[in-house]
Amino acid sequence: MAIFKPLSLDEMKAKTKVLRRHIVRMTTEAGSGHPSSSMSAVEMVTALFFGGFMQHDPAQPRWNNRDRFILSKGHAVPVLYAALAECGYFPVEELITLRKLGSRLEGHPNMKRLDCIEASTGSLGQGLSVGVGHALACHMDGLSAHTYVMLGDGEMGEGQVWEALASAEKYKLANLTAIVDQNGYQQTGATKDVLKLTEFQPKIEAFGWHVQTINGNDIEQVIAALKIARSVKDRPTAIVSQTQKGFGILPVLAPTGDLNYHGKPLSKELAEKALALLAD
Amino acid sequence: MTIGQAAGLKLGKAVRDAFGTALKELGNEFPTVVTVDGDVGNSTRTEVFAKAFPERGFNVGIAESNMVGVAAGLAAAGKIPVVSSFAAFLTCNAYDQIRMCVAYPHLNVKMVGSHAGISIGEDGASQMAIEDIALMSALPGVAVVVPADAPSTKHLVKGMLEHKGPVYMRCGRIDVPEIYGPDSVLTIGKANQLREGKNLTIIANGLMVGIALDAAVALEAKGITARVLDLHTVSPIDEEAIVKAVKETGRLVVAEEHLPHGGVGSAVASVTAQLAPCPIEFVNIGNTYAESGDPEGLLKKYGLTAEAIVAAAEKVCSR
Repeated sequence: MAIFKPLSLDEMKAKTKVLRRHIVRMTTEAGSGHPSSSMSAVEMVTALFFGGFMQHDPAQPRWNNRDRFILSKGHAVPVLYAALAECGYFPVEELITLRKLGSRLEGHPNMKRLDCIEASTGSLGQGLSVGVGHALACHMDGLSAHTYVMLGDGEMGEGQVWEALASAEKYKLANLTAIVDQNGYQQTGATKDVLKLTEFQPKIEAFGWHVQTINGNDIEQVIAALKIARSVKDRPTAIVSQTQKGFGILPVLAPTGDLNYHGKPLSKELAEKALALLAD
Repeated sequence: MTIGQAAGLKLGKAVRDAFGTALKELGNEFPTVVTVDGDVGNSTRTEVFAKAFPERGFNVGIAESNMVGVAAGLAAAGKIPVVSSFAAFLTCNAYDQIRMCVAYPHLNVKMVGSHAGISIGEDGASQMAIEDIALMSALPGVAVVVPADAPSTKHLVKGMLEHKGPVYMRCGRIDVPEIYGPDSVLTIGKANQLREGKNLTIIANGLMVGIALDAAVALEAKGITARVLDLHTVSPIDEEAIVKAVKETGRLVVAEEHLPHGGVGSAVASVTAQLAPCPIEFVNIGNTYAESGDPEGLLKKYGLTAEAIVAAAEKVCSR
């Protein structure tokens, strides 16, 4: 089975720029999508797919002992498509077909169109439950596979997330890691202003999980947290990944006066500025 | 229980009991089957399986949304999860999860709703699934199965596990008469003809099959002979059997323990409208919620009786 050789720290930092450039290009070309929601998650996705944490095989996407990554915040799928293309699941050139009729790269993940997508998401709150199912099945079958689920902080308003947290604790699913990409914004504004759920660590700890809070846009902190999560053997683990929505292109977004920049692509002009900023 | 008496049927077990027993009996033959429960396994009868195979039974608590999502994950990882709760809570509470995590990715999840219909009785309308067939047959690629009695449930549970893709099975709470024998043949997607007749066809499923057979006996005394079809699979619907019934008997009565919209009646009418237009009358609970009461009293009050089917048959024959 293909075990991806971890990139060096410098290589990973370079990879974050590659993914960010893909995100800008594909959403601007599509004329829609969620680039800012994708940007916040780039360091985490890069570390998982290129830092040696995910064992998977593009030649056998459904290999039963693969490590799984479920993107519960499905609207951020450009970051996942960018990583999957860079891993070799499909050609990088296909990225610019995002959201176009006939493309496998739909606006939200569709596991029927692409074998490398683990769950069809887009209705928030559901991915962690699916992750619990994968983790239970892997545990039953004696597999070493680990399941990672990435959620948004706005998504934590969904009651189902807390149902899933409770059920994972019941079965002591140490092979499950929930990552809350806490980028601080949701559709209509700051997450803390919509629902005051934002102190995630004590809440998730109260459900019996091992929880770490980190700066999720610092790839060294991300790598360290993922290592600790893998070392916990008696309960499920969570990483509250405090990030910035639009991280990496904030100097381009700032002059627009909209640091949330939710659900809209960059104009061609802004995209050019962003790509210049993200150049190697 | 008077259902089936006129037709000479003897009382058997409830469909939910037959489901639990069948699942346990098939446990060794289907080693990847697991159950996922919302803390009502002793009501839905999945506990019969979970007690026999404790490492394969998961109770995730009173959390139907999570329950369906967990089942989807298990299916994606190669298991055959049988997820169950009261039909009302499974199909209504977790409808978005069924849509997103089961139907849309077409995962091999078996969804079993017990306590369907008004015949659950005293617990009242909050527990009565009367819209579940409409909800579940609206979903592309989901097979919808409604067994009529214990022996047919045994066959259809096996069919459900062998079926590739999502299935919804509706189970009733109360004991019902035995219509089928141990050697009967039931296939998902194929209606079973239970009685021959020339003047009309009564199409029914679930609890209404026994009542339809009683009605057919009463109609015969009035000189009207009725074919009776058990349409145990609502989706995919057996168009061939319906069209054949229209061509050979000319008229239909469709009887179901469900709301008038989106159930078996609507599904049958959709087939006939396109392929074989004919007079149809519908027997259902009406466009209303029911209430607490004893099962037979409720069936009578909400018009799910042999007398109601007879009246509908006479009306359709006069058209």
